[in-house]
Amino acid sequence: MPQVKMTVNGKSVGGEVEGRTLLVDFLRGDLRLTGTHVGCDTSQCGACVVHVNGKAVKACTMFAVEADGADVGTIEGQANADGSLNVIQQAFQDHHGLQCGFCTPGMVMSAAALLKDNPKPSEAEVRAYLEGNICRCTGYHNIVKAIMAASGQDVSAIAAE
Amino acid sequence: MYAFDIERPSTIADAVSALKAEDSQALGGGQTLIPTLKQRLAMPSALVSLGGIGEMQGVCMSDDGAVCVGGATTHATVASETANSYSGLSGLASHIGDPAVRNRGTIGGSLANNDPSACYPAAVLGSGAEIITNARSIAADDFFEGMFATALDEGEIITEVRFPVPEKANYQKFVQPASRFALVGVFVAKYADGVRVAVTGASEDGVFRWSEAETALSSDFSASAINGLTVSADGMIGDLHGTSEYRAHLVKVMTGRAVAAAS
Repeated sequence: MPQVKMTVNGKSVGGEVEGRTLLVDFLRGDLRLTGTHVGCDTSQCGACVVHVNGKAVKACTMFAVEADGADVGTIEGQANADGSLNVIQQAFQDHHGLQCGFCTPGMVMSAAALLKDNPKPSEAEVRAYLEGNICRCTGYHNIVKAIMAASGQDVSAIAAE
Repeated sequence: MYAFDIERPSTIADAVSALKAEDSQALGGGQTLIPTLKQRLAMPSALVSLGGIGEMQGVCMSDDGAVCVGGATTHATVASETANSYSGLSGLASHIGDPAVRNRGTIGGSLANNDPSACYPAAVLGSGAEIITNARSIAADDFFEGMFATALDEGEIITEVRFPVPEKANYQKFVQPASRFALVGVFVAKYADGVRVAVTGASEDGVFRWSEAETALSSDFSASAINGLTVSADGMIGDLHGTSEYRAHLVKVMTGRAVAAAS
């Protein structure tokens, strides 16, 4: 069986996988990093979004072997060094950007990827970027608001609470 | 998924030789193939991932001014790298799927699959692009052979796509919101020697050129030039998302919008 080695949240990891092992299954099953969620398993919902070499990808639609040698970031690597929530995570809490929380890891990872490329997105740009992240609780308003707030923009004009 | 072996060659030559094994299958970005494997609709003995082949990555300009896109280049890279050189292509690539899909899905994978509702076939046919494989060059007009069918031989790999850059172009997609594929998408490109109009999402035969519109637009490149034309619903896809008549209607509407927006 193929051996894979990669960096996950700054740590070197490795293991033996099957050809068909998905990246998300390697993260959750082998590394026990269960913060990355599997929602639909059909690349629709975005609960499994992680960063591979700095790009947001759906970990349910990529094989672990394809991440061999890559730098992978998951939700577990998002918190600050002292364990406190990072600015995006804190904004989700402050603005009620989650209810059941199942989609949240993917939302935060997508938001982080967006803000890295576009530090001050418009509301329309945030909504467009979240096209591949589905939330069944919030109606998205507060997620968008949290991401706008995390980018340091004034969100008082965004009406929905 | 059924079990399979997976290889990650680093050169085209190694990929071609790996694909000679029986029941082996090329893997581009996997955004269609992996869901297909999960549904057990495909049973390859081995996958040959093209993602590690450096010579198939990236965008460049050829000496004759064509935009050359490596076969394993992701939609996101095409969107960013062609923004200045071919904005019509960049606009199309920047609206395929969603951001995470665009970071994995590749132009070669999309073209080899030839989904009847995919976006890239419209750009390639609408631009009269040239599809370069490990073995030969195929003109866009000869490449698409109907739904999920192409001129590619078994084990043949799309290594590059060369787009002649038009004076003006635009792609308009009427999105099917659940899948983000095109319910109907129209790519219009104005070249010095005439206009090309390619339609995806509409026909049961996959992407096609709307020749009546090409003739009309070649003599008058304005949205009103197609006012007198009609599109037959014969052979159009009809499903729960839209009837064949609806799609036929959309072909004309989206063509008009693409002409109006062309730049």
